[in-house]
Amino acid sequence: MHLATIDKLCSGCKACQLACSMTRRKEVNPKRSFIRPEGRFPAPGDYIIKYCTQCGECANVCPTGAISKKGDIYDIDEDLCIQCGACVAACPFSVMLLLDGEKAKKCNACGACVAACPRAAVYDSDTSKGGRY
Amino acid sequence: MNGYAGYILRIDVGAKAFRKEVLDRKLAKDFIGGRGFVDKLIYDEVPVGADPFGPLNKVAAAPGPLSGIFTPASGKVQFGTLSPATGIIGDSNMGGHFGPEIKYAGYDMLIIEGVSNTPVTLVIDDDKVDFKDASDLWGKGSFETEETLKKQLGADFQIATIGPAGENKVYFACINHDFGRQAGRTGIGAVLGAKKVKAIAVKGSKSIPVADPDAVLKVGMNLYRKCFEKPGLAEWTPLGTAGVTPWVNEVGAFPTKNFQTTYFEGHEKIGGQAMKDKIIVTDKGCFACPTPCGKYSRLKKEGKDVYVEGPEYETIAMLGGDCMLPEIEDVAYANRLCDDLGLDTISGGAVIAFALECFDKGIITKEQLGRDISWGDIGSFEFLANIIAKRQGMGDLLAMGTRIAANRLGHDSIRFATQVKGLEWSGYDARWAPAMMISYMTADIGAHHNRSWAITFDVAKGRDTLEGKAKRAVELQRIRPAFDLIGCCRLQWVEIGFELENYEAMFEAVFGERTTWQDIYVAADRLWNMNRVRAMLEIPGFGRDDDYPPKRFMEEPVLSGPAKGKLIDRASCDRLLDDYYMERGWDKAGHPTKKTLEALGLFGCIDELKARGLMA
Ligand code: SF4
Ligand code: SF4
Ligand code: SF4
Repeated sequence: MHLATIDKLCSGCKACQLACSMTRRKEVNPKRSFIRPEGRFPAPGDYIIKYCTQCGECANVCPTGAISKKGDIYDIDEDLCIQCGACVAACPFSVMLLLDGEKAKKCNACGACVAACPRAAVYDSDTSKGGRY
Repeated sequence: MNGYAGYILRIDVGAKAFRKEVLDRKLAKDFIGGRGFVDKLIYDEVPVGADPFGPLNKVAAAPGPLSGIFTPASGKVQFGTLSPATGIIGDSNMGGHFGPEIKYAGYDMLIIEGVSNTPVTLVIDDDKVDFKDASDLWGKGSFETEETLKKQLGADFQIATIGPAGENKVYFACINHDFGRQAGRTGIGAVLGAKKVKAIAVKGSKSIPVADPDAVLKVGMNLYRKCFEKPGLAEWTPLGTAGVTPWVNEVGAFPTKNFQTTYFEGHEKIGGQAMKDKIIVTDKGCFACPTPCGKYSRLKKEGKDVYVEGPEYETIAMLGGDCMLPEIEDVAYANRLCDDLGLDTISGGAVIAFALECFDKGIITKEQLGRDISWGDIGSFEFLANIIAKRQGMGDLLAMGTRIAANRLGHDSIRFATQVKGLEWSGYDARWAPAMMISYMTADIGAHHNRSWAITFDVAKGRDTLEGKAKRAVELQRIRPAFDLIGCCRLQWVEIGFELENYEAMFEAVFGERTTWQDIYVAADRLWNMNRVRAMLEIPGFGRDDDYPPKRFMEEPVLSGPAKGKLIDRASCDRLLDDYYMERGWDKAGHPTKKTLEALGLFGCIDELKARGLMA
């Protein structure tokens, strides 16, 4: 699973966020998801999907080495996380979350957003070229 | 309570005070949510005879128990008030992201009461409510208002605004949200304007409790997958509601020239395909929607980019056909004007078409207006929209809607005031569609299509027969408003054939107990009858006489096109009404019987009718 996106297909519906928060947290709360479709309105009238590209910027800045690459994804060892927030500041897409009372959490490429996106605007580049119709 | 945030937020804009109240379980059980909550609130808390613009009227906004949940198109919110347009309970639904955000902030309903002395924006951030001075925004258009607030408060606030029409208490002023979604009908924007509430901004960080999160995830994924497998997904979504334009013309139901006729020559130039070819820049979905019908468009006007969400079908029908605007760019520009001024495009189009016809007939004159106006002329449209929103000159009268304007103007103009109960008729002519006709005649808020969209039933079952038409209208008035109770959009069911059964698995996952549509239909019927009773309490003699369509539809045959020569005369309307009242358990006067009210548990309604001598 490698997430990829086609911004111009996105309609801003947030189904991806719902699928993400339900899957990763068992909570109905799009604000606690690891993907951010952002609308730019009234002009220019489009969406940009911010998602985890597994770029590793978070791992680069983590002072305790809590974030490391496991297979295709960057993973967080919660035992090592000291909740300093360096990764949050470093993430270019604002999809690293550090909520009150929690350790840092990020996308693990679980694919739930891909399954739920009505437009296949977020998709798995291993198996698809994106777009549903 | 699973599915519910569990609280109601009551805001007094006069006292600048607010209170969080626990949601009453009985209210949730009997009225489910959404439209059920807001209408019940108005019924219970706004005294009969209150001035819609006075301090005793209230505005309520409620998502439903499925709003914000992982369910297709769970993004609806309902607004309700005592309507200035109709004098009875008015409500209107709105898509976008506002409803779910109310839930995430922790509420199942917002209640706005009192009147503020100065313009105010209500800023709701979870448990906090801030009364932000809105003097700088007063007089500004909806777009600028929302843009300014997003900049000041942050992009993750969901914002509802009114435009100048709302501030000036135009009877069909709408509420705007997300640069293009509206709660358009029944003038709720005007009531916010009277309260000096320029905008409501909401942000929420909470989770919505559900009985079984694993089941919600599983069922939700399944429901989305089922939507994706529907051929309608790819067929219907690209043009959205605008795609129906050619069909409505082909069946002779397209409002044209103030409903003088029902086929618009050149409709191809203002339909969905023209939009796609010329102006659409992106699809813009409501919350959780698999079939985003929202089309966001850009056009050039005098060298500048103009953005608008839409036009959707109703706007195409009422600004395009009914006012005869010939090009999609004209319709889109008129759409943007209405949105920015805060005018409902349905009533706005109907009122402007009415004014154009009055002008043709010499009932409104050039001397009164200070200029000529003509059909299909965007300049005339812009002029009229502006004087209405600002209530200047003749606009001051037109701002009260076609019924009041016609009664003041005289010359039998009430004949072509296309309204029922004071609410303007929306985008389907029904002179050759009896099920659609009775649907409009009896819709509880006035002539609106969303309670029962029965024209496809007419086309399928025979357009001249009256048989079974009222029955179908009642069925649809049960099913469609049921969506308004749960907080979901109905278009997935209507347009891509997403089966009703699908939702029941989600009800169980969310509520933790078996709930069927039947349970919700009972609540929908309860609400329908309660609203009818309230209308009887509110308006002396209310009943059958308030259910007839405008004379034009009973006496003037369609002038041209596929429905040429058709009408549904008064005797046929009577037959439809007799059938309808029978189906509803109402008497010949159109009043719910005691038995009907008892069966629905509406004992309070019975007491009030008795107290006023309206029931034996
Ligand atoms: S969380 Fe952000 S910084 Fe870390 S890998 Fe993902 S995109 Fe890169
Ligand atoms: S892949 Fe999984 S964790 Fe990552 S954004 Fe999508 S749903 Fe969330
Ligand atoms: S689910 Fe797809 S279309 Fe909807 S907001 Fe997410 S990426 Fe965009």
